[in-house]
Amino acid sequence: MATVVERVTKVIVDRLGVDESEVKMEASFRDDLGADSLDVVELVMELEDEFDMEISDEDAEQISTVGNAVTYIESKQG
Amino acid sequence: MGKLMGKTAIVTGASRGIGAEIAKYLAKEGARIAVNYSGSQAKAEEVVNDIVANGGEAFAIQASVSDADSVSAMIAETMSRYGSIDILVNNAGITRDNLLMRMKENEWDDVINTNLKGVFLCTKAVTRQMMKQRAGRIVNIASIVGVSGNAGQANYVAAKAGVIGLTKTTAKELASRNINVNAIAPGFITTEMTDELPEEVKAQMLTQIPLAKLGNPEDVAKAVVFLASEDSNYITGQTLHVDGGMVM
Repeated sequence: MATVVERVTKVIVDRLGVDESEVKMEASFRDDLGADSLDVVELVMELEDEFDMEISDEDAEQISTVGNAVTYIESKQG
Repeated sequence: MGKLMGKTAIVTGASRGIGAEIAKYLAKEGARIAVNYSGSQAKAEEVVNDIVANGGEAFAIQASVSDADSVSAMIAETMSRYGSIDILVNNAGITRDNLLMRMKENEWDDVINTNLKGVFLCTKAVTRQMMKQRAGRIVNIASIVGVSGNAGQANYVAAKAGVIGLTKTTAKELASRNINVNAIAPGFITTEMTDELPEEVKAQMLTQIPLAKLGNPEDVAKAVVFLASEDSNYITGQTLHVDGGMVM
């Protein structure tokens, strides 16, 4: 079973077309990975599907880096 | 072969009038239709029966467009039945006409909630699916009075002008995902509502229409088919006047 980090990384690589090596925990979707605001919305949608969870709009607004996403998902998975 | 074979369309406020005609015309082109209604279940079932009798596919679904939960449930039900949502026609609308000086706050709120907030909520809800599909068509039924203004309809005109602005913004936000968003601004269209108008009022209306006749619901429905089909691939953010030339 792939870890949360691996699964998040795969979603980001597929969605944003970036190289896996660029997907570091501190990387910002917008500043480092070339995502525009709509890409980030879509990314969150795909993470919801991947992890079968709902991420509220308020929570989604706090997710701006790879690390934010991983931490958020891990916290929800308990 | 219809222009919309294999597509799924949600038409809000489709139990009668222009909405019912839109549902039938989209179905005629091959689309499966979610016939949304607010209160008129029997009328909505009639529209469904008419579509099915003509070889199409449709179902009736109750939802209040101004209520987010109700809208979500409608989207979920449509997805579970048909597996995609390719076309949204925001048609549901009400009137509570009154002079501005006499207009009550609830008359203003009711019209804004259904006619403007309803478009926002339905659009937001389907956008998720359309973005995943990387394709979609949204057609908003505005009104020519949203362009020209109309005495006695401050709430309705404000809502319809709002819909035109919302159409342009949504078009810009979603263009990169291959989702086209346009509005139609019907002029005087014969419906149950205009049938009741006195002859002299109708005669007065006609003097303002270069084509010198009222429009039919089919005139609007055909424009919707155009904006929902691949024939309009290079058109987004526009408001198409279907009004016999009344406002140019």
